[in-house]
Amino acid sequence: MQHVFYLLLRRLRTPIITIIVVYAISILGFSLIPGQDNQGNPWHMDFFHAFYFVSFMGSTIGFGEIPFPFTAGQRAWTILTIYASVISWLYGIGTIFALFQDSNYQRLIKRTNFTRRVARIYEPFYLICGYGITGNRLVHQLDSLGIRTVVIDKNQRLIDELEADQIVLSVPALCADASDPNVLNIAGIQNKLCIGVLALTNDDHANLQIAIDSKLVSPKRMVISRTQSKETTANLGSFGTDYIIDPFIIFADHLLLTLQAPYKHLIHDLIVNPHHRALAVPDQNTTGRWVICGYGRFGQALEEEFRKHAIEMTFIDVDLEQRNAPEGTILGLGTEADTLREAGIENAVGIIAGTPDDANNLSIIITARDIKPDLITVVRQNSGANKPIFRAADVNMIMEPGHIIANEIFMLIRTPLLIDFFGLVREYDEDWARALFLRITNTLNDELMSAWTFSITATGSPAVFAFLERREEVKLAYLCRDPRDREQSLATIPLLIKRGNTCIMLPDLTIPLQPDDQVLFCGQKKAKTFMEWIVSNHNTLRYIKTGKEGPDGSLWRWLSKYKEQRQ
Amino acid sequence: MNSEKVVFAFFIVLALTLNFGFFLGDIDNPNHHNVYELYAAIVVSIIATIMKFGDRTHVGAVLLATSFVADLQLVAGAIVWAVATNTDIGLSSHMMASIVSLSAGALLANFTSVILLILETIMVRH
Repeated sequence: MQHVFYLLLRRLRTPIITIIVVYAISILGFSLIPGQDNQGNPWHMDFFHAFYFVSFMGSTIGFGEIPFPFTAGQRAWTILTIYASVISWLYGIGTIFALFQDSNYQRLIKRTNFTRRVARIYEPFYLICGYGITGNRLVHQLDSLGIRTVVIDKNQRLIDELEADQIVLSVPALCADASDPNVLNIAGIQNKLCIGVLALTNDDHANLQIAIDSKLVSPKRMVISRTQSKETTANLGSFGTDYIIDPFIIFADHLLLTLQAPYKHLIHDLIVNPHHRALAVPDQNTTGRWVICGYGRFGQALEEEFRKHAIEMTFIDVDLEQRNAPEGTILGLGTEADTLREAGIENAVGIIAGTPDDANNLSIIITARDIKPDLITVVRQNSGANKPIFRAADVNMIMEPGHIIANEIFMLIRTPLLIDFFGLVREYDEDWARALFLRITNTLNDELMSAWTFSITATGSPAVFAFLERREEVKLAYLCRDPRDREQSLATIPLLIKRGNTCIMLPDLTIPLQPDDQVLFCGQKKAKTFMEWIVSNHNTLRYIKTGKEGPDGSLWRWLSKYKEQRQ
Repeated sequence: MNSEKVVFAFFIVLALTLNFGFFLGDIDNPNHHNVYELYAAIVVSIIATIMKFGDRTHVGAVLLATSFVADLQLVAGAIVWAVATNTDIGLSSHMMASIVSLSAGALLANFTSVILLILETIMVRH
């Protein structure tokens, strides 16, 4: 506010001085020019009356010639001063309007409002830098969990979009360069309530700057950054950025998982994108050579992963020299049948259209399928607007960088235990994964998937914690019972218990819980609601444990105790 | 040389001198105190105040405050004058004494402004 006020005063200096000078001269004139009273005696207007007259004359109210009719001299002076005062007023008011329309001034106002809105957040919030596909999705997802966010983006169009979007919580948004430390400051990077900074701009250098700023101000706060190059990844890691997300590497990793361990991928996909139609290829032959169009960042990430698993591949790229493409790379876009044939599409197992151009990618897939209909098709979708076309193309796997980053980050924020879980899943074999996958799908029974965590702490699950403090045993099974009828189970599977540094995978239901355990569940969404009831309501937990419902109020508690003693 | 500073110095010193001129004379003698001089002092003092609008330096803010005090004192004096001449009271020696003492207060404030201005000028080494 300070800034705006100073700017207003500074700009108004000249107009106000002009008005005062005009008034001063007018008043002086009226007090000097001789007049006449009703009897024709000479009379001089005093300053009081002169000020009175000029005040209503200058504002063009015009009460008339007061207190006595004017002489010719006074009227002549009135003519002069009326024009002078009206012009000076117009000048002053015009300056104010010009100032309100001034883009600098409006930017300042927006910034001031933004600062005030951020300062008025009294609950933990995330600072999101970059409101592209990823930022947009994350803001909506966090909003659905009731978590507040603050958004900065360079592009005013995206900020306008945010204001029009249907978001329940108020999201302060500012159009500014997020790599500017002053901007980060007013966006609350120094605010203790800012629990995480997400650097999602499409400029690696800006992301770097944001991550450094946050780590300098508050080293313990979580920073998640996206990255587009290995150099940035290394740089971000060097000063302790908590999570660095390279969508291409993540996708290459998932793709490999799909090919090598389809059930593990299915479990991952089921939990991370509940709405996503997974690429189900467990029965398809996936061993063989792949044709990859585009040797950019995506192509290179794929190359690395494929090399690790000794999978054959042929690249197609438009620029062999500049990108330093590997031996045997075919020159071309991949949209023509000739190029694809040259790359040996007939005896390949799948094709990956990974160029940065959506139209080309679709064209590649369609051409390739014409040549060989049973190809596994993987396509990269760059723009969110093209979603319907890509859905219609019926490809096996769509790679959307924005969504991959958003899903990863959302998982990190909502249920960080999933990271541990997926890490451990890799150590098991496919049969184990297949069994787990079938168990999960049976439990889900076509409902929407959800994953959640309970911490056995005084705030996370008060009832369980209170039981444990009284040294009463609470088995994991108690949390998986229906609070309305304890003979029924909830549609949920406990996936993991994290106890200190050890993790118990797929814990047995008879396992007793301990304080500070973190338990990861997956299952139907409504199971979570029932479970919340169990962990926080004393009597519900008592009922599940013993089958008896305890008395609620103090009086009834006393009565039941009294009764027990009488017996 | 900063023309903004020069113009401001002109107005602040002029406000002081006019104020002093009005103040000079027997405190209760209307003949010793000219109404035009008071008028000029008020106008110049208000202009000096507005010139400090939007000044974000510390000295600038204090100068704004002191010249604002001078405005208030002088305007109060002018109101007393207007009341005295336009009612039955008349410009008695008692009224004149209040007007002049109010302007003496303004004189002190203007004097403070000038001292601050001098200090600021000395501090600037170029």
